[in-house]
Amino acid sequence: MVLPVWTQSQKRAFGVLSAISIAGAGLSLAIGELSLRFNQIWKFVTSLALKIAIPSLLVQIVSMILQCSILIGFISVSVMFIVWWERKVSAHMQSRLGPMETGGWHGWAQTIADAIKLLLKEDVIPHEASPWVHRLAPVLAFVPAFLCYAALPFGEGLISADLDIGILYIFALSGISVLGIVMAGWGSGNKYSLLGGLRSAAQSVSYEIPRVLSVVPILMFAGSLKLTAIAQYQSGFWRISGVPLLPKWFIFYPFIGQVAFLIFLIASVAETNRTPFDIAEAESELVAGFHTEYSGMKFSFFFLAEYAYVFLSAGITAALFLGGGSGPILPSWIWFLLKSFFVVFLFLWFRWTFPRLRVDRLMEFTWKFLLPWSFANILIAGLVILL
Amino acid sequence: MFETSDLFLRQYGQVGIFLLFGIFFAVISLALAWLVRVRNHDPLLNTTYECGPDPVGTAWIPLNVRFYLFALLFVIFDVETLFIYPWAVIYKDLGMTGFWEMSVFIAILSLGLLYAWKKGALQWD
Repeated sequence: MVLPVWTQSQKRAFGVLSAISIAGAGLSLAIGELSLRFNQIWKFVTSLALKIAIPSLLVQIVSMILQCSILIGFISVSVMFIVWWERKVSAHMQSRLGPMETGGWHGWAQTIADAIKLLLKEDVIPHEASPWVHRLAPVLAFVPAFLCYAALPFGEGLISADLDIGILYIFALSGISVLGIVMAGWGSGNKYSLLGGLRSAAQSVSYEIPRVLSVVPILMFAGSLKLTAIAQYQSGFWRISGVPLLPKWFIFYPFIGQVAFLIFLIASVAETNRTPFDIAEAESELVAGFHTEYSGMKFSFFFLAEYAYVFLSAGITAALFLGGGSGPILPSWIWFLLKSFFVVFLFLWFRWTFPRLRVDRLMEFTWKFLLPWSFANILIAGLVILL
Repeated sequence: MFETSDLFLRQYGQVGIFLLFGIFFAVISLALAWLVRVRNHDPLLNTTYECGPDPVGTAWIPLNVRFYLFALLFVIFDVETLFIYPWAVIYKDLGMTGFWEMSVFIAILSLGLLYAWKKGALQWD
């Protein structure tokens, strides 16, 4: 047997990639630990506040505002981390080094430097643009992304608003961001922007349908739209004569689970307009698509929204298909973050593995392949539950 | 009854506060950028970007009808998925009846898809 011989650069790439992954895990550990500590402190403070007769409504509102701040912090930090991670992973997949200078250790501060640069960039509103549509578009793209995080379960008890219609709420709100993209495309008064915005809208709405339908088999099994309940449903193991074989995650349901997972993952990548589905901002033909005319902070809101959706999609995938926070030994939020960042890694991996799809193939793929399969999957799941 | 509506208000009140906070965050960041950003505006900076040359014509032109077709298809199918969701949640209680009913529903939907397919509405020429 011949063992594969690794070249020096492959060894280095492997080493750096694992170091980066460990660093990512460490970062998520730190964030989760902090918010959990905060939860305990907050419970103590609340009980104290109630003892000295501060109205409970006020306490609740302050608590929600604090939760909002934590989530904004989490989104910013995770987006910065994912951007840096993406650059490192991309670089090493192409035998490059990626950012190495900023901050010292493997360019860890690169995204922070980028954020400061974006803050200081001058603001451009073209003469041809419709000024207020142009200004409002980035806000409209970002705010729904932030709202979706309200219903994302980060682990047991770590959810801001545990809505009864959780998953539907997330799908509904993430649909609104398309409006921001169309507004950006139309409001910039630029042909590239217009084409990019419309392509992006057509693509997002087309992939929305298989994405929403692929979740239906899970709802049929779990009997709830609540994300915590769905994650709860997947705890435990399948046993063969008492020996735990596989965790009861939805992805391990034979056939139905894998089909649903694949459809959901593909549609999620397409929804976030990432390669291989990024004809909306295909730089070789459309400059930068809908954000051609954006600069500075307004551009960074589109950027923030895109990466917030990447983590959100990964988080939903973890909650729906990978058992949410269930896992041995470690606390639930660590498992949730590990699984989510694994799915984020899949997103990055796709980017450098698949070539960009042509626009007609892209639309045909969702309407003529994914949609019929998701219908079929619903019926198959229905039969399996009945039998 | 009272408890349900109270819970409802609490959950969606939370979402409302998230909405306000999101808008607040966006406005504050944009205002901060407005305060600190560089201002040495070149008059040519505000022209529409068209890879260098002067822009030709306006960008607000009539659009290809296929975008409209896909939007229409999306509206139809998205509403149908909303009908499927409540059914999926109580599927285990419905049993055989629920399965056949949904089979008929999905068959009609598939017929609609097939019709759009044959008519060439799914073709992106």
